[in-house]
Amino acid sequence: MTSPAPAGPASPSAPASVGGPAERYGMRHAARMEWIKLRSLRSTPWALLLSAAAMVAMGVVTMANTRAPSPDKAAAFDPTNNVLAGVAVGQLVIGVLGVLFVTGEYASGSISSTLAAVPRRRLVLAAKAGVFGALALAVGEAAVLLAFLAGRAALHKDVAHPSFDQPGVLRAVLLAGAYLALIGLMGVGLGALTRHTASAIGVLVGIVFVLPVLLAGLTGVRIAKYFPTMIAGNSLAVAKPVADMLSPWTGFAVLCLYAVLALCAGGAVLVRRDVRVGAGTGH
Amino acid sequence: MIEVRNLTKAYGRTVAVDALGFEVRPGSVTGFLGPNGSGKSTTMRMIMGLDRPDTGEARIGGRAYRDLAWPLREVGALLEARTFHPGRSAHHHLAALAAAGGIASRRVGEVLETVGLSAVAHRRAGKYSLGTAQRLGIAAALLGDPAVLLFDEPVNGLDPQGVRWIRNLMRSLAAEGRTVLLSSHLIAEMALTADHLVVIGRGRLLADTTVRELTRGGGSLEEAFFRLTGGSAEYRGTGADPSAGLTEADCAPPATGPACIRAGRMALTPTGSAPGPPSDDRAAHREAPAPGQRPHHGVPRRGSAEHEERHS
Repeated sequence: MTSPAPAGPASPSAPASVGGPAERYGMRHAARMEWIKLRSLRSTPWALLLSAAAMVAMGVVTMANTRAPSPDKAAAFDPTNNVLAGVAVGQLVIGVLGVLFVTGEYASGSISSTLAAVPRRRLVLAAKAGVFGALALAVGEAAVLLAFLAGRAALHKDVAHPSFDQPGVLRAVLLAGAYLALIGLMGVGLGALTRHTASAIGVLVGIVFVLPVLLAGLTGVRIAKYFPTMIAGNSLAVAKPVADMLSPWTGFAVLCLYAVLALCAGGAVLVRRDVRVGAGTGH
Repeated sequence: MIEVRNLTKAYGRTVAVDALGFEVRPGSVTGFLGPNGSGKSTTMRMIMGLDRPDTGEARIGGRAYRDLAWPLREVGALLEARTFHPGRSAHHHLAALAAAGGIASRRVGEVLETVGLSAVAHRRAGKYSLGTAQRLGIAAALLGDPAVLLFDEPVNGLDPQGVRWIRNLMRSLAAEGRTVLLSSHLIAEMALTADHLVVIGRGRLLADTTVRELTRGGGSLEEAFFRLTGGSAEYRGTGADPSAGLTEADCAPPATGPACIRAGRMALTPTGSAPGPPSDDRAAHREAPAPGQRPHHGVPRRGSAEHEERHS
């Protein structure tokens, strides 16, 4: 009686199964799930509101303190770059939110529910990235546009005001907003990669804040110019190109590459590992 | 129908599940019984595709979990007490799952009603007691009205009324023709709830039988259980690899802890249970034939009335 039951052919099980239309769940379903999950956490709107407010406030303060340049610096004077100073802070909030969107599932155990609902794990991560990326892009663009308009209004009337019909200004503002979405996506990828909030935030802060400063001190911009914050501040959020730094579109492409790499690495880990954090570490 | 074939899972040198095979058939409650640490939860997680087996496979209605077209409509599971975000309400947790499963959103209200959580449905789930958390997990399992249900220790944290409610729920789900796998280490509860029993110890199958057969001869199920699991402990401590840091003292009674499982395994299969490299794992997964989109059973969704009847 202890022998396993003979393995017969699979038969359709109980009559109670609910047959849907002859299709399968897909991206649409996974994305709807992730959207409901994202918007049903109180921290989401608060954090996004906070980061937008911080970006606008920093833009206003920076512009209020911007004075007309001396003649020898007039050529390099770029108030658009000043007004976007808040991106340095906003990126941290949005990046951390992206991390938490994934690691929060491990911390709470809800990852089991999520993967029971959508067992194709890459689809889960793609849905998370899509939903979070879209939200971060919308909030990011809104925040930088608001910061630009409010900051410009705060600029002293003696200083030349930036406007969207000047070359590179609109590009700088829009790319700065897109940068926030890309940092958010890196956060999602890092979250999936580490599955642990503190580790992921540590890596994110290291890449965004610590390493570029360290490297800039040691080797100048040669390596540091490839770090996200440096790209954001010197390649994206500039109406006038900065010497020795990546061009706007090169910088943007590099950031896109980072986001894709982080998500692919996170996806590979998500697919490979057992769901429980700490389980199967010997494999 | 759940089929488990030759399932093996090791964590490092600890073999959690060892060449386990059994079937769970529709129409009855199958109890999944074993001491703590015997591999029940790991087995259920492998059935759900959450943990990857080193060898073997688990199939539901002939397919691996990840190949199901609509997982939540085909399988419902309560695996741990808390598989939801503490900041999210029960309502939103279930609404998100319903969205993923292509399940009508009215089902959310129905299952909340079924498990008695309507009053707290919009409260943050982090404030729920263990019993309330279990009810939310059960609501999630019932959400898609699935034909196959897995419950891992569902009565944990429930009061006597809750325990009875679970018992009646399990039995009525089975009576409706569903496949119900119910794990527990509570033997008395199992005797009242299950028809069929799969008993495991140290990840190995000890018995696959009916409650009636196991207690034939007049003994209680508890006595039968200890006979079974006691017999499986005859390897206890013998030949424990000293390098593993285990001595017979580690396996003093009650010798059902993981340390003793490990000691036993050392003696039993010194080499055979090492987990293969990941690439082998993937190969094993690929070997599993991926059946095409088989048509569903085509039974229309059940109404809420039936769900509520179960608990009257």
